[in-house]
Amino acid sequence: MDTRFAPEDIAFRDEVRAFFDKAYDDELQARLARKDTFKDAVIDWQKRLFEQGWIAPNWPEEFGGTGWTHTQKYIFDSERASRGIRDVVPFGLRMVAPVIYTFGNEEQKSRFLPRILSSDDWWCQGYSEPGSGSDLASLKTKAVREGDEYVVNGAKIWTTYAQYADWIFCLVRTSSEGKKQEGISFLLIDMKSPGIKVNPIVSIDNHHSLNEVEFNDVRVPVANRIGEENKGWTYAKALLAHERTTIAEVADSKRGFQTVCDAAAAEVNGGKRLIDDPLFRKRLSDIEIELMALEFTELRVLATVASGGAPGAESSLLKIKGTELQQAIQELRMEVAAYYQGVLPTDLSAEELGHSFGSAARQSYMYGRAATVYGGSNEVQKNIIAKAVLGL
Amino acid sequence: MNFDFTEEQSMLRDSVARYVQDSYDFDTRRAIADSEEGFSREQWQTFAELGWLSVPFAEEHGGFGGGPVDTMLLMEELGKGLVLEPYLATVLLFGGLLQRSGNTALAADYLPRVIEGSCLGAFAYLERQSRFELSDVLTRAEPEGDGYRLSGEKVVVFNGATADTLIVSARTAGEQYDRAGISLFLLPAGADGVTITSFKQMDGQTVANIALDSVQVGSGQLLGEAGAAMDLIEPTVEAAIIALAAEALGIMSQLNAKTLEYTKTRKQFGVAIGSFQALQHRMVDTFMAYEQTKSLLYRAVCELEEGADTAAATVHALKVMVDRAGKLVYGEAIQMHGGMGLTDELDIGHYAKRLMMINATFGNGDFHQAVFDELRYG
Repeated sequence: MDTRFAPEDIAFRDEVRAFFDKAYDDELQARLARKDTFKDAVIDWQKRLFEQGWIAPNWPEEFGGTGWTHTQKYIFDSERASRGIRDVVPFGLRMVAPVIYTFGNEEQKSRFLPRILSSDDWWCQGYSEPGSGSDLASLKTKAVREGDEYVVNGAKIWTTYAQYADWIFCLVRTSSEGKKQEGISFLLIDMKSPGIKVNPIVSIDNHHSLNEVEFNDVRVPVANRIGEENKGWTYAKALLAHERTTIAEVADSKRGFQTVCDAAAAEVNGGKRLIDDPLFRKRLSDIEIELMALEFTELRVLATVASGGAPGAESSLLKIKGTELQQAIQELRMEVAAYYQGVLPTDLSAEELGHSFGSAARQSYMYGRAATVYGGSNEVQKNIIAKAVLGL
Repeated sequence: MNFDFTEEQSMLRDSVARYVQDSYDFDTRRAIADSEEGFSREQWQTFAELGWLSVPFAEEHGGFGGGPVDTMLLMEELGKGLVLEPYLATVLLFGGLLQRSGNTALAADYLPRVIEGSCLGAFAYLERQSRFELSDVLTRAEPEGDGYRLSGEKVVVFNGATADTLIVSARTAGEQYDRAGISLFLLPAGADGVTITSFKQMDGQTVANIALDSVQVGSGQLLGEAGAAMDLIEPTVEAAIIALAAEALGIMSQLNAKTLEYTKTRKQFGVAIGSFQALQHRMVDTFMAYEQTKSLLYRAVCELEEGADTAAATVHALKVMVDRAGKLVYGEAIQMHGGMGLTDELDIGHYAKRLMMINATFGNGDFHQAVFDELRYG
């Protein structure tokens, strides 16, 4: 056991810092913050990472991965988060790509992976359905084989960024025989296909990032199916564990926590700084102690993966604890904002408003409610741990 | 000892409940929230006609002569409908201060107009540095001629953008945090030197920052004694906290009922999700949180009405309870509704946002817990 950085790790950290300082410039940040330039700015940023060769730390090197040790991955992500730099959009790089390079054929790998790596294709995820949330395997979107095509009918919901996406990866029902998990296939569907309709959903943060995606007789080449027919659930399950190892977002929570500490040091009540208030301090330390532990839980899981182990049910622990802490930090930031926690987007400047972060706190707190629901609700994660770890 | 309501009180509650159910459904409420002013003057006029705006005022001003129980019952029902009209700002704060001030001339002038719905008021107490401390006041009122000149800034004033008349707290003596030396002034919102900047909050309320630049007020516009405003502000805020707690209770009852209904109908894994014991226990917790809040609210109302010397501590305890119970109830409501709970379309998130803003108003749970601790163990 030794968690100190080696000299080469320190050198790597300095290299990462230098890159972020240069590449994540003010102009880019301004464009990321604006609704009308957001999509292009995200693609721009991801292309900068791509050109640096750092866009896909988790991919095998042969497909464009960085070949980093897990220590380097940890350093990279910590440095990114500590600067408040947004993480990459996960659907292509983190979610579908591992399925394609693990279970896809050569044609699919060469067709899709380079464009995911370069961010030329924007992907979204078609799993949940209006009637299938926690019980994902009950999904009903149907794909019926007609010659060398599937005809897809049904609807997916809570599809983040479907409005920007070029492609969607979907779980579809290709058989109603046997167990419900056994009739599911994994399809890659071009969002420009006739018969696809994207309906926006405004969420409780007053933003539009979620959508419902309807499929009406959408024709999908059989060549776009990953692996075997009716085996899609197996592929998706492997992918879900990957999704959960990054869902803890410990590095981002550390940054968020520091932001709350700074805000509480500047907030004064009756002449006393909020950060000196014993009740508030208890709230802070309750969170920080859990966060300190979770950081090492995450490192332990990453080390297991690095030494060839698969992220198993431990990833559910990361998901539960990680999202609980994210929400606790977001809630505390709202408490600091006090009367200003409800501010809706406004043209008024912080000076006119009398406050600088109320609206941002509201937005992240409200959207943050989704974290304990998406990626498999926390209730489902507890079921997984109970069953897979505790054998209950 | 009994927990029964009088016939009059029951009638008031039923009248508000019926109105909210029939004429203030969620779509109506959404349209009102999205409107320019953020509330409906037409609805307000109806409230006046139904007598609701007269509830806490003495009969000599044309009021209903109601007490904390009446206000509680009314607010609980308004809470169920997430009613946006400025009852707190105009009736309970503006009207409450006027009634308590003992300024009979101003009370006789304004209260009848509040009651008939033709005067919209606001109480500008908060400043950008003051957080939850009511006596943290930097706005100054300098004597000048037969009156005062007000300079400073008030922020997040409920109903501040649409009120025609304001009550403003300003310092006539003392330093920033001093309890003594604060005075209240009543002035037209359109007075020279008043600049109003409005913005919207997530609970649908329109609030305003109000800049005062050498605003002239006559000595007749002073409410109560100069320098002794905290004696008026504190009981008014105490009554307002109870009213907000009642509103919060109404919201919690809606959230619990809607969530219970959802878990009985939403099917996953072939069964209603309400059949899962893990969820059942959590719903039992939210049910108990609601009942405990109700009990503490009743306790506060009784102690206040009976003039018990424990009333102040109980009101602080109530605000703590509303904070903790509210967070539990709305958190579970959103979580158990899953993705649906995260949509703007569903009412669940809107109830949650109002509870959150109630928690922030007049001090969050931690703030009141610290005061309670001091009162009880200090």
